[in-house]
Amino acid sequence: MSKESKKFEDDPDTTGHVWDGIEEFDNPMPRWWLWTLYLCIIWAIGYTIAYPAWPMINQATTGVLGWSTRADVANEIAAVEEGNAAINAKLASVELTAITSDAELNTYAASAGNAVFKTWCVQCHGAGAAGAKGYPNLLDDDWLWGGDMAAIHTTVTHGIRNEDSDDARYSEMPAFGRDELLEPAEIDQVVNYVMSLSGDAQDVEKVAAGAVVFEDNCSSCHAKDGTGDREQGAPNLADAIWLYGGDYATLTETVSNARYGVMPAWNTRLTEWQIRAVTAYVHQLGGGE
Amino acid sequence: MSFLDKHKVLETNATLLLVCSLLVVSIGGLVQIAPLFWLENTIEDVEGMRPYTPLELTGRDVYVREGCYLCHSQMIRPLRDEVERYGHYSLAAESKYDHPHQWGSKRTGPDLARVGGRYSDEWHVDHLSDPQSVVPESVMPKYSFLERTVIDGKYVADLIATNAFVGVPYTEDMIASAQADFKAQADPDSDYDGLLERYGDKVTVRNFDGQAELTEMDALVAYLQMLGTLVDFSTFTPDASR
Repeated sequence: MSKESKKFEDDPDTTGHVWDGIEEFDNPMPRWWLWTLYLCIIWAIGYTIAYPAWPMINQATTGVLGWSTRADVANEIAAVEEGNAAINAKLASVELTAITSDAELNTYAASAGNAVFKTWCVQCHGAGAAGAKGYPNLLDDDWLWGGDMAAIHTTVTHGIRNEDSDDARYSEMPAFGRDELLEPAEIDQVVNYVMSLSGDAQDVEKVAAGAVVFEDNCSSCHAKDGTGDREQGAPNLADAIWLYGGDYATLTETVSNARYGVMPAWNTRLTEWQIRAVTAYVHQLGGGE
Repeated sequence: MSFLDKHKVLETNATLLLVCSLLVVSIGGLVQIAPLFWLENTIEDVEGMRPYTPLELTGRDVYVREGCYLCHSQMIRPLRDEVERYGHYSLAAESKYDHPHQWGSKRTGPDLARVGGRYSDEWHVDHLSDPQSVVPESVMPKYSFLERTVIDGKYVADLIATNAFVGVPYTEDMIASAQADFKAQADPDSDYDGLLERYGDKVTVRNFDGQAELTEMDALVAYLQMLGTLVDFSTFTPDASR
């Protein structure tokens, strides 16, 4: 039943494979395709000679161009640093207060500081610097350790209560409840008094008793009127701004167990000009003094 | 073509085809596998690397168990933007005690290769318990159960011994005192001299999660706080030709 297939004069040769009478023309690959393939092979050989490629015993062949990823990244960083070298050197060396008075330097520091802040600070202080529970808001006028350029610079450089810098800011509030320095009733009274400082109407008798407890136990750091002491990082308790919360339960927890917020020392990771830039940035956020 | 004509010999001779296929696969395999035998030569020697302490290794197990690597890589690539954001690019030697390594290839979250010391312990506890409390835009799930999962290091000696078996240089002494070291690292009031003697003075001993019990949170934070901190880059100059 098999039928001879039609043959034409200009048909190419067949490959010789026959299956059920079906034959296969031996068409050549398109010329352009073949040449592209050969060019790619030649290019690849040249590439492996020019760039690091073949794995050897100790390391790969280095390539005649001498290119390396490590050198490349070092060069790239060096080029950027060189471009900013003059202004960075100036930023790192002038008086801290001179940064804000020099318009060009201040603009540069604030925008460079913004970049530093976005990379290293936002995780705790928030993308808008408004902080979170336990992490201070940097937009307001309430500063724990001081809000002028020098104070912010010291805080950023050495951090707070960390183990990396010997000059880290340090203070330790006693845990009045856990260490049984105050009776639960006294804590109740002093919490009522502290709440009354920022205008929360409280139990009058407890407030009066709490005032005495405060005078005896708290005023040496938080000051007699509760306005705090920046030398010791003792917060102002009378301004209705709270780091951990100003409700009864949170204040009881704070007085009982104390709080020891930690900030890393940034001089281990940032250069002096970066620290000064972020200092200037934080200073001009709104609360700078 | 005459060369292709010879191919017919292979196509029609099964044994010859098998032998020749094996030959081709062997060459491909050798090129990929042989260099691994000299892997030691390719890892540059850096100072400061030490095996993980029992507590850190337990934290690492928690890290692997929770699949942190699915969103966080632990390898800073040698690119300017990565180096400026995360710190010095990662070195091969920094993962030489990792079984398995946590390099990862997916970054839904940031790279963690040098997260150690970057935040406070309290931040890590807050962030792991409720990531959105400190980073509102985060999509990370909550891991607050870690704080409630008390652990006693019952099997930590086995864990250390297993790592020693696959080549991490833990000593007999380290295996024997694994559970004691495990507890000592999370308790600054304990006698932790032995721990420092075995693992070096730079080991941090703190109550990482701030509560009395030793929990998985302690272990994980201890691990995170040491990540990328072992090599002192102020004294290390990378070989540019690598």
